[in-house]
Amino acid sequence: MSWDWDKLMEQKKSSSGGGFSTPPKMDDVLNKIRGARGKFPGGFKLIILAAVIILLVSSSFYTVDVDEVGVVQRFGRFVRITQPGLSFKLPSFIEEVSKVKVRYVFKEEFGFRTVDPGIKTRYASGPTYESESLMLTGDLNVAVVPWIVQYRIKDPFKYLFRVKNVRTTLRDLSEAAMRIVVGDRSINEVISKREEIAGEAASILQKELDEAETGIHVVTIEMKRTNVPDPVQPSFNEVNQAGQEKEKLIYQAREEYNKVIPAAMGEAEKTIRGAEGYALSLVNRGKGDASRFVALYQEYAKAKDITKRRLYLEAIQEVYPKIGTKYLLDADMKSLLPLLNLGKSEGAKQ
Amino acid sequence: MKSKILAGFLVIIIIGFFSGAYVVDETEQAIITQFGRAVGEAKTSPGLYFKVPLIQQANYFPKNLLEWDGDPGQIPTLDKTYIWVDTFARWKIVDPLKFFQTVNNVTSALARLDDILDAAVRNYITSYPLLETVRVTNRKLDTFEVGIGDNQEERITRNISTGRKQIIKQVQEQASPKLAEFGIQLVDVKIKRLNYVEEVQQSVYSRMIAERKQIAEKFRSEGKGEASKIAGNREKELKRITSEAYKVSQEIKGKADAEAAAIYAEALGRDPQFYSFVKTLEIYKETMDKNTSLILSTDSEFLQYLKDYGYSGYNKQK
Repeated sequence: MSWDWDKLMEQKKSSSGGGFSTPPKMDDVLNKIRGARGKFPGGFKLIILAAVIILLVSSSFYTVDVDEVGVVQRFGRFVRITQPGLSFKLPSFIEEVSKVKVRYVFKEEFGFRTVDPGIKTRYASGPTYESESLMLTGDLNVAVVPWIVQYRIKDPFKYLFRVKNVRTTLRDLSEAAMRIVVGDRSINEVISKREEIAGEAASILQKELDEAETGIHVVTIEMKRTNVPDPVQPSFNEVNQAGQEKEKLIYQAREEYNKVIPAAMGEAEKTIRGAEGYALSLVNRGKGDASRFVALYQEYAKAKDITKRRLYLEAIQEVYPKIGTKYLLDADMKSLLPLLNLGKSEGAKQ
Repeated sequence: MKSKILAGFLVIIIIGFFSGAYVVDETEQAIITQFGRAVGEAKTSPGLYFKVPLIQQANYFPKNLLEWDGDPGQIPTLDKTYIWVDTFARWKIVDPLKFFQTVNNVTSALARLDDILDAAVRNYITSYPLLETVRVTNRKLDTFEVGIGDNQEERITRNISTGRKQIIKQVQEQASPKLAEFGIQLVDVKIKRLNYVEEVQQSVYSRMIAERKQIAEKFRSEGKGEASKIAGNREKELKRITSEAYKVSQEIKGKADAEAAAIYAEALGRDPQFYSFVKTLEIYKETMDKNTSLILSTDSEFLQYLKDYGYSGYNKQK
C-alpha cells in the first residue's frame, strides 16, 4: 500500500505547490477499485474512499505567498483573484489556481547578460547580444545601446490570458521602442542624453504593452553604457581628447593673460601715481618758492637799497669762506694774471 | 453479481460523461467537429461544455495574442543600401472556423504569415530610402557637425516624408486583408532590429571615423584660434594699459608744470630784477665750494675797502 500513499502525497504536493496539476484520472481509480476488490474485500473500500476524500480536500487548499496573488479558474473560466494567505477552492479538476507574482520586479537585459550578480557584478557581452544593442541612429550612424527593463505584473488576468508569450512580447516591444527613440536621435544625443532616451522609450513601451493587453507595468528603463561600435571608439575618444586639448589651449592662453595684464595694470597705476606725486611736489614747491619770494619782496620794497645790500653781503659772507683758493689782484696790475697757473692746483686735486 | 453489472454501468456512464465534457480555457477557443466536419458555432468564451462522446471532437485554438517573428534578411533600400531587417508581428485568431478550414493549425498559419509579411516588409522597405525606415519624425537632431561637406549635411538634415511608423502601417494595410481570409487579425507589425549588413557596416564605420577625425581637427584648430585670440588681446591690453598710463602721467605732469609756471610767474613777476638778484645769490651759495678758485680784483665791490676805506670805490660805483 505504501506506493499508493507516496503517489497521493506527491499529487497533494504538486496541487498545492505549483500551478496546474493534472486531476487524477477517474478511470485509474475505478480500475484500482475493481482490481483490488478480490484481494482485499471490505477494508479496502474504506481506504479508497479515504484516499479520494484526502485528495479532494488537499486540492482544495492552497497558499498564496506575500508577493503573489492567486488566479482561480473554474472549468477554464476566470472566477476570482485571491490575496496572500491560505485559501480554499473547489477540488482540482473543477477549479484551478495559477499564482502570479504581482509585487516582484522582473528584469530583462538587452545587449548583455548578468553572469554573476554580486558586489562586483560580471556581465557577458558578445556578438550574440551585440545584435540586440546595435542600432541605427537618426544621422545614420551606428550606436551600441544596452539597456534593462524592470517591470511588474499589474494585471494578472491580462498577463495570464491575453497574450501567449508575455516575455518575448515584452522583449520584442522593448527592442522596437528603443529603436524608435534612437532612430530619431543623433549619435551625440544617444551617447549624452541617456536619461531622456530611457524616459521616452519607457513611455512608448508602456503604451505598446497596454495596447497589447500584457498586464505589465514598466517600472523603469535604465540605459547601460551607450557607446559607439568598437572600431569607431578611438576616433570618438580623439574627439573628446581634442575637446580637452582645446580647453587646455584656451586656459593656457588665459593663464598667460592673467599673468601679465593685472601686473601691467599695477605698473600703470604706479606710473600715474608717480606723475601725480611729481605734480604735487612741483606745485607745492612753486607755491613755497613764490610765497617766500613774495614775502621777501614785500620787505625789500619797503627798503630796497639796504635790503639788497644786506642780502648781497650776507651771501658773500656765506659763500667766500667756502671757497678753497682765493686770489686777490690789484685792478691796476693786470699783467700778473698770466703768471698764475690756474690749472695746477685744480689738477693736483683731481 | 448484480452489483458488479451495476458498477460496470456506472463506469461506462462516468467515462461517457468525461469524454463528453470539455473545458475551454480563458486563453482558448474551440471548434467541435463531427467526422472532420465543423459543427455549430465556435466556443469562444471559456467554461465547461459538452459534446457527443466519441463522435464529436474538440479542436482548440489559442484566443490570446500570438507572436510571429520574421526571418531576418538583407533588404536593399531605395538608395541601394543593404540593410538587415528583423521584424515581428502580433496576431490573433478572430475567426476560428475560417482559421480551422483554411490553415488548420498555428504552425501552418505561421508559414502563411512568413509568406505574406516577409514579402510585404520587403516591398515597402525597398520602396523608400533608408532614412525613411530609420526615422519616425522630423525631430531636429543635435549634432556638433558644423561646416562639413554638403553630402553629409544632407544626410543629417534631410527631412523624411513618410517615416518608419507610416511604412510599417502600409505593410500592415497590405498584409491585413490577405490574412483576414485565414481568420487572422494582424494586430501590428514592428521592426525589431535594423542594421547595416556587414560590408556596408564597414564603410559606415570608416565614414564615422572620418567624421569624428574632422570634428577633432576642428576642435583643435578652434582651440588654437581661441588661444591666439586671447594672446592678441593680451598684447593689445598690455599696450593700451601702458600707453594710457603714460598719457595720463604726462598730462598730469604737464598740468603741474603749467600750474607751477603760473605760480612762479605771478609771484616773480612783481620784480624780475630782484628775483634774479636773489636767485643768483642763492646759486652762488650752492655752487661755490672749496674746489672753487676765485680771483678777485681790488676794484670789485667786495674789495673796495681793501685799498682805501671808502669814498673812491663807493663813489665810483655810485
